[in-house]
Amino acid sequence: MSAQNEPLLSVRGVETYYGNIVALRGVDMDVHRGEIVTMIGANGAGKSTLMMTICGDPRARNGQIVYDGIDITMMPTHDIVSLGIAQSPEGRRIFPRMTVMENLQMGAALVDPKYFDEDIAKVFKLFPRLKERISQRGGTLSGGEQQMLAIARALMSRPKLLLLDEPSLGLAPLIVKQIFDAIRELNEKEGLTVFLVEQNAFHALKLAHRGYVMVNGNVTMSGTGAELLKKEEVRAAYLEGGRH
Amino acid sequence: MATNGSNRAVAAPQNDPNSFAASVKDAATAGFLVAVLGFFFIGIRTDIAPGGLDLKMRWGAWIVSILVVFVGRLLLNLFVLKTDSPITRKIAGAMPSGSRFAGTGKWLMRALFAFALVLPFFFTTFFPGKDRQFIDLAILIMTYIMLGWGLNIVVGLAGLLDLGYVAFYAVGAYSFALLAQYLDMGFWFALPLAGILAACWGIVLGFPVLRLRGDYLAIVTLAFGEIIRVVLLNWYEFTNGPDGISGIPKPTFFGLELKRGEGGFADFFGIAYDPIQRFIFLYYIIFILALITNFVTMRLRRLPIGRAWEALREDEIACRSLGINTRNTKLTAFSIGAMFGGFAGSFFATRQGFISPESFTFLESAIILAIVVLGGLGSQVGVVIASIVMIGGIEMLRNLGFLQQVFGSGFDPVQYRMLIFGLAMVLIMVWKPRGLISTREPSVVLKEKKRIGADMVAQGEGH
Repeated sequence: MSAQNEPLLSVRGVETYYGNIVALRGVDMDVHRGEIVTMIGANGAGKSTLMMTICGDPRARNGQIVYDGIDITMMPTHDIVSLGIAQSPEGRRIFPRMTVMENLQMGAALVDPKYFDEDIAKVFKLFPRLKERISQRGGTLSGGEQQMLAIARALMSRPKLLLLDEPSLGLAPLIVKQIFDAIRELNEKEGLTVFLVEQNAFHALKLAHRGYVMVNGNVTMSGTGAELLKKEEVRAAYLEGGRH
Repeated sequence: MATNGSNRAVAAPQNDPNSFAASVKDAATAGFLVAVLGFFFIGIRTDIAPGGLDLKMRWGAWIVSILVVFVGRLLLNLFVLKTDSPITRKIAGAMPSGSRFAGTGKWLMRALFAFALVLPFFFTTFFPGKDRQFIDLAILIMTYIMLGWGLNIVVGLAGLLDLGYVAFYAVGAYSFALLAQYLDMGFWFALPLAGILAACWGIVLGFPVLRLRGDYLAIVTLAFGEIIRVVLLNWYEFTNGPDGISGIPKPTFFGLELKRGEGGFADFFGIAYDPIQRFIFLYYIIFILALITNFVTMRLRRLPIGRAWEALREDEIACRSLGINTRNTKLTAFSIGAMFGGFAGSFFATRQGFISPESFTFLESAIILAIVVLGGLGSQVGVVIASIVMIGGIEMLRNLGFLQQVFGSGFDPVQYRMLIFGLAMVLIMVWKPRGLISTREPSVVLKEKKRIGADMVAQGEGH
């Protein structure tokens, strides 16, 4: 992976504010092609803010975000997404009154319709549960199915980079495993680059090639997933009692 | 024994004498409260008389209101509040709900459509004496159906609460009236222009309010509606201000005027002239305009833009994260909704022959919005039913002459329409919080639909 000459996504010195409140204090991060990179950290550390800042909402006040050689720092969100970044936002945010099928169609809003059948077959292969629920309204799905739908919807836009915000939130361990297996499969078979924000540090670090630890708006540590799992600070802060 | 008795009371309270007595006692308390409160508000009437106020007792009205409250409370107690099987539950059960209605809804729609298609001839055949009145009412209802469908795009589909929809109605009406007055344009030529102008105003309104949602959006659109009306009222040189514009030309049938004598519609086709022909013609114009509105809306719902509207209503942040340009999506919703409002407005102008800013008050916006909300946001059939009930209902009030015998000859039931609106709103929001027709038909229909539909009902999520 490190052989790649330039990262797919590079974040340099990004500072984001909510009004006067500073959320990110100069974050540096790289995601290389074909990698799974995770950002772990406690509640309120700024993980989700980083993910939203990459998508341009809110905008970074300082710093630079470069994706595939293009500076996307000041781009509107819909233009950023059209470059091939798909996001499964925090809290899933599926469309509750629309059916599974319609949700997936929304994901493919920017894609040439000729790919639709092929893509939908692919996501149904990945998440067969969704196929059973195809005409059901999003709001009537279980939490795990909603998470699958959120990821599937993001995949329908044929992304080069998939951003996932806490896909394990509020899900049973078995479902978490299913979802993480699906992410690994996407990465290994399709070569999809994934940036994963997680509180479930143990699973996230086991899945990811590389990880970053965020504390209070700063990246404090980085390394391969295995390295971080071994570090005493990481274990103390995020893993003790949380290994499940 | 005591426990036995109380068990029985729980099982069949409506037969239990204690329960009945309690109901009567409760109703009597309510009646007494009305007697006390209403003594000054209802029982005494003050009139300005020479040398001060003149007091007049209205015992009749006072006693009637006490009786109404007493009987109403008693019935409510007996059938709803103090019984095991409230009648409201039966009504709610009997009301169309969930997927059961999806099938009947389609048939209802077809039946309504068939009736609307032959409506003028139905009335000329069966009610020859009153046909003009009925067809006029049908035209009015149809106008509101069209307005409701237009607003449904903005409020029902895109989820943008617009309290100033009447502004676009006014823009359409004034566009046609002014084009006719200054440029001598006919109805058919001005109609598309009026629609385009209204759509432009939709965009003009849309731009500044793009970032707003919910309450804030509602307030800004409300203000916008008032601005348009106030401008029309005060720009005297151009719009003729409060005097309005009269002599707006009537629509022609492919160049034929619907008038008596040579060169008219009747003369050309060699039939006898009858003033009703003009009403029938107007009816079919608004019928076709409304159908176009419905057709376009149903079509758009299946296209990406329509889906984007609905997705926007559901979750704006998710929309943005999927690469939807929310700005353009909102603007198209605003402008297409406004365009249909503009069409309806120019029809209104040609039907009335006279318009003034008075026709475009906030009350109109409120009525249109009430139609959309009562019908069920996003439901096309719901709008039809709500329009018939609300607009037809107001007209029905005019015929309730017997109320005058109770409340005195000065009583005009039409004045109470807002009260009745409010009551209807409250009742529907209590029993059907999502409007009369709350099912949302998916825009893509798959074969498994029925099976999944039943599955959903089982989960109690049939809406």
